Amino acid sequence: MTPFVTHEGVAAPLERAQVNTDLIAPARFLKRGRQDGFGDALFADLRGTMDGDRPFVLDRDGMAAASVLVAGENFGCGSSREHAVWALMDFGFRVIIAESFADIFYNNAAQNGLLAVSLPASDIGALWHACAMNPGLTAKADLPRQEITYADRSARFAIDAYRKDMLRQGLSEIAMTLKDLKAVRDFERGRAEDRPWLSHPKQA
Amino acid sequence: MTQTMLDKIWTANTIKQRADGATLLYVDRHLVHDATFQGFDTLDAEGHPLRRPDLTFGMADHYIATGSSAARRRADFDGLVERLNRNARKWGFESFGPGTSRQGIVHVAGPEMGLTLPGCVLVCGDSHTATHGALGALSFGIGASEIAHVLATQTIWQHKPRSMRVTIDGTLGKGVVAKDVILALIGRIGAGGATGHIIEYAGSAIGGLSMEGRLTVCNMTIEAGARTGMIAPDDVSLQWLAGRAYAPKGRLWDRAEAQWRRLRSDDGAVFDAQVLLNADEVAPMVTWGTSPDDVVPITGHVPDPEAQDDPDRRRQVRRTLDYMGLVPGTPMTQIAIDRAFIGSCTNGRIEDLRAAAGIARGRRARVPAHVTPGSVQVKRQAEAEGLDRIFRAAGFEWTGPGCSMCVAMNGDLVPPGERCASSTNRNFEGRQGKGSRTHLLSPAMVAAAAIAGRLTDVRGMQASS
Repeated sequence: MTPFVTHEGVAAPLERAQVNTDLIAPARFLKRGRQDGFGDALFADLRGTMDGDRPFVLDRDGMAAASVLVAGENFGCGSSREHAVWALMDFGFRVIIAESFADIFYNNAAQNGLLAVSLPASDIGALWHACAMNPGLTAKADLPRQEITYADRSARFAIDAYRKDMLRQGLSEIAMTLKDLKAVRDFERGRAEDRPWLSHPKQA
Repeated sequence: MTQTMLDKIWTANTIKQRADGATLLYVDRHLVHDATFQGFDTLDAEGHPLRRPDLTFGMADHYIATGSSAARRRADFDGLVERLNRNARKWGFESFGPGTSRQGIVHVAGPEMGLTLPGCVLVCGDSHTATHGALGALSFGIGASEIAHVLATQTIWQHKPRSMRVTIDGTLGKGVVAKDVILALIGRIGAGGATGHIIEYAGSAIGGLSMEGRLTVCNMTIEAGARTGMIAPDDVSLQWLAGRAYAPKGRLWDRAEAQWRRLRSDDGAVFDAQVLLNADEVAPMVTWGTSPDDVVPITGHVPDPEAQDDPDRRRQVRRTLDYMGLVPGTPMTQIAIDRAFIGSCTNGRIEDLRAAAGIARGRRARVPAHVTPGSVQVKRQAEAEGLDRIFRAAGFEWTGPGCSMCVAMNGDLVPPGERCASSTNRNFEGRQGKGSRTHLLSPAMVAAAAIAGRLTDVRGMQASS
């Protein structure tokens, strides 16, 4: 996993709430392996469509280079498919800024080095407005400082210490946990005594 | 110090805590399905063995063929089902593939065979893992990276969610079922209303639900943004569980039951949030839009975007009605449908099929309609009761079990632009196939819609005997 410290890139305003993972990565693309890539799956059913009187945001001029997505509340709701994160990253996104995130998506993002930042609705509205006034606007995410900056504005964001560390160092969580294998084995011994029906389930 | 049910299960399965407050939880049951092969790929890539094959169970459901005439099958779907079998053979875990008597949708077949037990921590790479909480398990959906972590360690790092108690008292009216209760709740608190929380359900209306109904409620709890739903074990759930294939037997059962009876939240336990819902006020519900909280009683109307105060919401409703092909103000009962689907991990259980068959009996569907049982066991039970004959006589297609048209991954699709009355869980744009338009309803309401050719109030359509 690539470590994340800071990233600056073109911001894409996705002016909608409840952007679900079926929309981000439609079901028909999910049978691929990770190495095959999912960039073309990203918003596949919205690409080539109109959003009111304008093309869908990623079809607009300059947006092929976008790497910071700005969306409304409950981004990533719906299924647990990690393909949603892979599709965003394979397209080129490194940062998703939204009013709020669905829990599973938020976990999946951190596991892959995609920074998910929650900002209040007023900040999201201001960012959307700035993008509309100045297409191609860049935004910068600074993880150590926990700050988003664009034009002459900035906004602080919260992130828990562990996710911050995992993102900064690009760590594999499995290797870290396996260092605690003794604690896991001890737990398993106690569990076998207290709740034997949970050990070695067999069809009776 | 009083504890919630979440507190009790969380404490019992805690291995250690990290400085940032995250907990390493032991995973008692890991269910894997045919669309989670990427987790096994990571295991191979990082060179770890599967740590506990005896606590890992495979289920073919997402890509499995159901024999539906709506199928646009591709050969590589079968390859993905076979890939699960290959992983099961390689690592030595039990797996229920095509043609086996316990195959089904993982959230139907898992509880049905007693793999889900009260007080256990159960995970699966599917958001509807929330279902299993109906038996008093702590169960939640995880992504591919977390699947790999569980395969390699049998543990998972989690921040403890906040707790929300949803109390539903009162009595459900005639024709009103568990699906209507959960849709009404989602409509009330919103699709993100319980984000960061787990919901514990309580109240007389929940206590009065059958096990099937409780599984439906917990299943769709994820559509309110909650991490999972749970219901304390009681006589209803324990009687339902007793004797199931993987449930403990004899003295072990007695010992387990004594523990399970203590799982319920203590009197006076403190929850971070509380919601009250009156069951008497719940009507048969139907969605009009592309989010599960876009929902109204069947007696309601398609909303008017111009009547929304918030400009963002106005734009969203406009966009939604455009996608759904609906006109503001239209009574829901005047919306004609093209297709009907009964099945899924939400509503593919025996009670669901009985309710739908009660409406279909002696009548005739006006649109193509599919009934897809949730598991082989449900299918056999339904056939023993003659439900398949009722459906077939009414012009419904009777298929094999699987996720099918709910998730549209196995080739069973709603064609673009078609409107489907569906007993499933998500009405997202493109969910049932590109351009599909989904209305979520209870199984009996779907059967009624198939027969009327439009959305209709099941309460005006008596079940015939």
